Amino acid sequence: MACVNPDGTVSASAKAILAALDRASAPEDVAAAANLPLFRVRSAMRELVAAGLVVATDSGHALTPEGRRRL
Amino acid sequence: MVMETETRPVGLPRLNEPAPDFEAVTTQGTLTLADFHGRWLILFSHPADFTPVCTTEFMAFAEIYPDLQARGVDLLGLSIDSVFSHIAWVRNIEEKTGVHIPFPIIADLNKEVASAYGMLMPGESKTETSRCVFFIDPKGTLRAMIYYPLSLGRNMAEILRVIDALQTADAHGVATPANWTPGAKVIVPAPNTQELAEERVKAGYECVDWYLCKKDI
Repeated sequence: MACVNPDGTVSASAKAILAALDRASAPEDVAAAANLPLFRVRSAMRELVAAGLVVATDSGHALTPEGRRRL
Repeated sequence: MVMETETRPVGLPRLNEPAPDFEAVTTQGTLTLADFHGRWLILFSHPADFTPVCTTEFMAFAEIYPDLQARGVDLLGLSIDSVFSHIAWVRNIEEKTGVHIPFPIIADLNKEVASAYGMLMPGESKTETSRCVFFIDPKGTLRAMIYYPLSLGRNMAEILRVIDALQTADAHGVATPANWTPGAKVIVPAPNTQELAEERVKAGYECVDWYLCKKDI
């Protein structure tokens, strides 16, 4: 897992993505805000959704309450 | 008499067809081909981590990485090594040479991606991928391939030239002549009717004859 460690903590890049999701939802916007390649954001979203930190929306993704707590 | 062989058949992907899909463990997490949709992707294989020619290639790929990014191109490496080997190798390269490897590397231990892309050349090695380069466009179509043997390190100028030529061809509807580099004249596609051929020679292009005309872009 590149985003969520076995102990439940999130990586620095995952934190940057969660922070970016606080003000953007489209993967392209999140990538720009987090200063990460688009492919990294798309990959991370799968992990963050599986971890319950992010949910898919019509426009992209959004933080769950738990994801917001990790900011 | 039919000879039985244990050699896995070598299938090659085809140009202008969808690039084989994959989901693979990499040094930057699990990635799929779809994760690169909307951008160009150069997928390349190397024989093995901690080997000399591959190390020079990785340093060279890292050197052109900013040039590729400026062209909207992502880079993705692959070998039949574990992700832990990849991590140790890129850390070693940075420690010994100061060169940071910024792109992900697929750990293709089960050879799934290597087999799908025809990276295995049993006549050369049954355990290592050859030096293959696949140019995949933003729609996921395979546009060009380069195959080099184990002993021959790749030419980064040629890799940039291929990307420049493909992007130029797409943007302007032209072809590129032998040894073309950015800034040189391009080839106007040959006319396919007699009428168009007659119009072509009057169109003001630099023509050797009706079928070989060049222009600036």
